[in-house]
Amino acid sequence: MTTPSINKKSLLEFIKKNKPLVVLLILVVVMSIMNDRFLTPGNLLTILRQSSVNAVIATGMTFAILIGGIDLSVGSVMAICGAIAATMINSGIDVWLTVLAVLVLGLGIGAANGILISKGRLQPFIATLGTMTLIRGITLVYTQGKPISTTGAEPEITKAFAFIGKGYILGIPVPIYIMIFVFVAAYYVLMHTRTGRYVYSLGSNEEATIYSGIKVDRIKVFVYGASGTLAALAGIIMTARLGSAQATTGEGYELDAIAAVVLGGTSMAGGVGTIFGTAVGALIIGILSSALNLLRVPSYYQNVAKGVVILIAVLLDRQQKASR
Amino acid sequence: MTEPIVAMKNITKEFSGVTVLKDVNFHIYEGKIMALIGENGAGKSTLMKILTGVYTRTSGEVLLSGKPVNFQSISDSQEQGIAIIHQELNLVGDLSIGENIFLGREPVSAAGNINWKRLYREAEQWLEKLGLHENPRTLVRDISVGKQQLVEIAKALSLDAKVIIMDEPTGALTVSETEKLFEVIRDLRAQGRSIVYISHRLNEIFEICDDVTVLRDGRFIGEKPVTELDEDAIIEMMVGRKLEDQYPRVHCEMGDTALEVKGLTNRFVQGASFRVRRGEIVGIAGLMGAGRTELARTIYGIYKADQGEILVEGAPVKIHCPTDALKQGIAYVSEDRKANGIILGMSVRENISLASLKRFCGKMGNLHHRQEEETAREYIKGMSIKTSGSRQLLKYLSGGNQQKVSLAKNLNVEPRVLILDEPTRGVDVGAKKEIYELINQFKQKGMSILMISSEIPEILGMSDRVLVMHEGKIAGELSMEEASQESIMSLAVGKGVEK
Repeated sequence: MTTPSINKKSLLEFIKKNKPLVVLLILVVVMSIMNDRFLTPGNLLTILRQSSVNAVIATGMTFAILIGGIDLSVGSVMAICGAIAATMINSGIDVWLTVLAVLVLGLGIGAANGILISKGRLQPFIATLGTMTLIRGITLVYTQGKPISTTGAEPEITKAFAFIGKGYILGIPVPIYIMIFVFVAAYYVLMHTRTGRYVYSLGSNEEATIYSGIKVDRIKVFVYGASGTLAALAGIIMTARLGSAQATTGEGYELDAIAAVVLGGTSMAGGVGTIFGTAVGALIIGILSSALNLLRVPSYYQNVAKGVVILIAVLLDRQQKASR
Repeated sequence: MTEPIVAMKNITKEFSGVTVLKDVNFHIYEGKIMALIGENGAGKSTLMKILTGVYTRTSGEVLLSGKPVNFQSISDSQEQGIAIIHQELNLVGDLSIGENIFLGREPVSAAGNINWKRLYREAEQWLEKLGLHENPRTLVRDISVGKQQLVEIAKALSLDAKVIIMDEPTGALTVSETEKLFEVIRDLRAQGRSIVYISHRLNEIFEICDDVTVLRDGRFIGEKPVTELDEDAIIEMMVGRKLEDQYPRVHCEMGDTALEVKGLTNRFVQGASFRVRRGEIVGIAGLMGAGRTELARTIYGIYKADQGEILVEGAPVKIHCPTDALKQGIAYVSEDRKANGIILGMSVRENISLASLKRFCGKMGNLHHRQEEETAREYIKGMSIKTSGSRQLLKYLSGGNQQKVSLAKNLNVEPRVLILDEPTRGVDVGAKKEIYELINQFKQKGMSILMISSEIPEILGMSDRVLVMHEGKIAGELSMEEASQESIMSLAVGKGVEK
């Protein structure tokens, strides 16, 4: 009988092709053995909810990294958008209008990044490092370093806004729905639209893309615009959940997002990567944080553990790619 | 025959189940030049990568001076005196010539810091041996490709390499640089060093090589002294059949002028004026650096034109970028495939549709995958592109098939004017003829074709009219009656011809 050996072979192939997924499954199995509270629906939903903010940012980051760039400004965009959202809610402005306005603000900041990078010919790292610092500064000036609570408005508006971060639909937290929607939309754009195809071609070979008559500047503005918009969305979820906006919100979030993208197998050189990978990467990071808490690892040690897991996962992936 | 210095016996190499080399034998003799030839994808580079330790062989044996060796890396083989000079030179442009020669092996003083004086003195000695009169402190990016080639050789010599492998060393060299290189190679042979010479240019093989090894489809076809072979015999060994009539000329009715260029001028070209009619192939000949590619790219909107006019079907058009050019029905097949012609990391299908993706999209920009797939299959079949399927990544295709994909991509925009820049560069003999036949088909369909080529036989065999460029200007126009190897060269070097 040859079937078992073929199955074994195809299983091996599957493992090789889906290393991030395998790391995720191992994490889940190990955790379920070590702690019987881990594999409860409640805990899993908590993990998904906690991962949602990072997942939404990481989706935008995937676009930036796919074109061979990076967006360091996402954490700052989250903070300013959260602060503006809180102010608007406090002034009694309609929730939908607030959300829309704040998303447009994120889009604007992202598009500005895209223009600096394409027309201004700045390195993405430098351009977004600049806007990251600038926008963090503006947020600090704007909030004067104090939290802005969203509880000052009419109870109805406050409640409606809080629903985005704290609400449940059919027993599942709202941020999870948002995260899934973002994943699906991003997947559709990348795999089933012209723009998505151009994102990959730009990341693989910018010159050949230009020679094919594609206006790459537009693609860059689109990509950073998308990243900014998604960072704004993450800022809204965060502010709605906490019930207040802080000037320091989102500090270091760009790094978790980059980690999720890279864990998901996306190449920092651009051109190669998937949204599915990023989703898996974001979940790995989410599970790791939750697991370390459940295992009562002191918080100082948590970063050590996270760093080690990230390095191991990325090394495994690298070995695989180099072994040809 | 004498005992070879390197003997590779029954080498087989598999990549994840695909056999790329099977039972290949290869010998390098002391003080001789061995040519290694075969079509693209025949396995030449793989064989050399096995010899230098980049790849490990699946089976077979490598003997160095009669002793079995197992190189694990390029530094292993270097230590044993085998150096390889790649087609794409491996030099660091921002370092000096001297630093490049001794990269990683800089002479150090007792205190551990680099002994610059000694480094540059020794570098100078190597350069002198090769007759390269450059200051070793000059940055590598400031010297010509030909000189860079010599720097690579200096590096190999300084490693005390007994065996030097050269992969397409003359690909980017001018005629005089090539001659210089040949002198150096002959000197090396006289010193008792062994050379492996990989090239597509058969005349070069006859000029400097002693023996020839031919590979085809990963198999060993034969090893013979050059004196026992002629060009036809080698081609037959390479492609496994006789090649008759390289240039299948077709005649067809010419139509009106499709493209007219009037006084096009910028920092590369001066006052270029010419027209191309429908169903006509206009060849553009000239030496390296004559401004042919630059002229094409100015028309295509890559470079800005300072003066002059471009007319498509009689109407003046403004072209600021490739998007504009494509809109006017002008397509450009690049000479530098890998840099800007195709995307190696994307599939055959994605490459073919890239420049015409709008056609495969709905109103919302959503892709019609099935339609895209069908088109890709049509091209794969129609152009006999050798690929395992439409989803195969382009990096796994041979040069000739990559070139066909590059053509397909530009054809699918349905251009009126097709600019072909070195359409058969790096393409093996068999695929060359296929590409010529495709070009003739485009011509018969009424396309206007501008064909830049450095191979004069190709220009003579394909064109209906020839423009010759010299130092950014169109030095002359020749009808097919006037055009010959001599008349073209004479214009190309700026002498002009008496008609």
